[in-house]
Amino acid sequence: MIFNVEVKISLKKGMLNPESSTIELALDLLGYKVKNTDTIDIITFQMEENNESKVLEEVDDMCQRLLCNPVIHDYEIVITN
Amino acid sequence: MKIGVIRFPGSNCDRDVYHTIELAGGEAEYIWWNKDDFSYLDAVVIPGGFSYGDYLRAGAIASITPVVEGIKSLVKEEKPVLGICNGAQILGEIGLVPGIFTVNENPKFNCEWVDLKVTNNSTPFTSNFKKNEIIKMPVAHAEGRYFVEDIDTLKSQDQIVLQFEGKIPNGSLEAITGVCDESGLVCAVMPHPERASEEILGSSDGLNFFKGIVNSI
Repeated sequence: MIFNVEVKISLKKGMLNPESSTIELALDLLGYKVKNTDTIDIITFQMEENNESKVLEEVDDMCQRLLCNPVIHDYEIVITN
Repeated sequence: MKIGVIRFPGSNCDRDVYHTIELAGGEAEYIWWNKDDFSYLDAVVIPGGFSYGDYLRAGAIASITPVVEGIKSLVKEEKPVLGICNGAQILGEIGLVPGIFTVNENPKFNCEWVDLKVTNNSTPFTSNFKKNEIIKMPVAHAEGRYFVEDIDTLKSQDQIVLQFEGKIPNGSLEAITGVCDESGLVCAVMPHPERASEEILGSSDGLNFFKGIVNSI
């Protein structure tokens, strides 16, 4: 079975996000007043596995070992088929 | 006596580091990312650059390459390991030093000479400086803002090696820009000692880092 995987990586609450504050400033330059701007990275891929729990286990491992840095990141895994 | 210079696709300070090791009286050898056993070496330096295009995070992909196993073996044998700039980011990603170096507070690439305080002079790399001596070296990075969750442990174990003196160019926590592991033998610094190794470059303070490695072997 082919599973579609989406990993959403965001900075932990309270971590400084210079990219989002710069975007907010730029939007302000265009006249848009927004607040609480945030950015997240989304990585998508497909995996062939027999069951969803195995996919979740492997993707969680990927997040811990490479895709995220646990010092500053939170992540969310979305699996669909 | 031989000091390895680790090379990844995207390393760009490797030749400067090689040259500076020789200036300090050492013998240098390049070690590519896919080599995992170089136990005959007495120390290694991970130079700066943009390994693997800084994809994911600076240093993230380099931190899972085979060369890391070789570096960890040297650490176990209590041989000195110095990471400079991208090398420092890689050591943070491997987890050989506490904390990480992430996107600057002002998220631009920042290249300038800075004044630095040698907070810890008991590592091999800083043994030629006096404690709290102010030295001059350049920084050149977009991801150099130091962050660690447990700053108290870092302080109590004397793991802060270098701090910005005066202006903090990247928003680093407590002006920290150089840290070491508990033993002091693994050290990660964002400023470039190899770019401050001869007076013609503007300062020769950085040469002491390499002399320190050579003297400790």
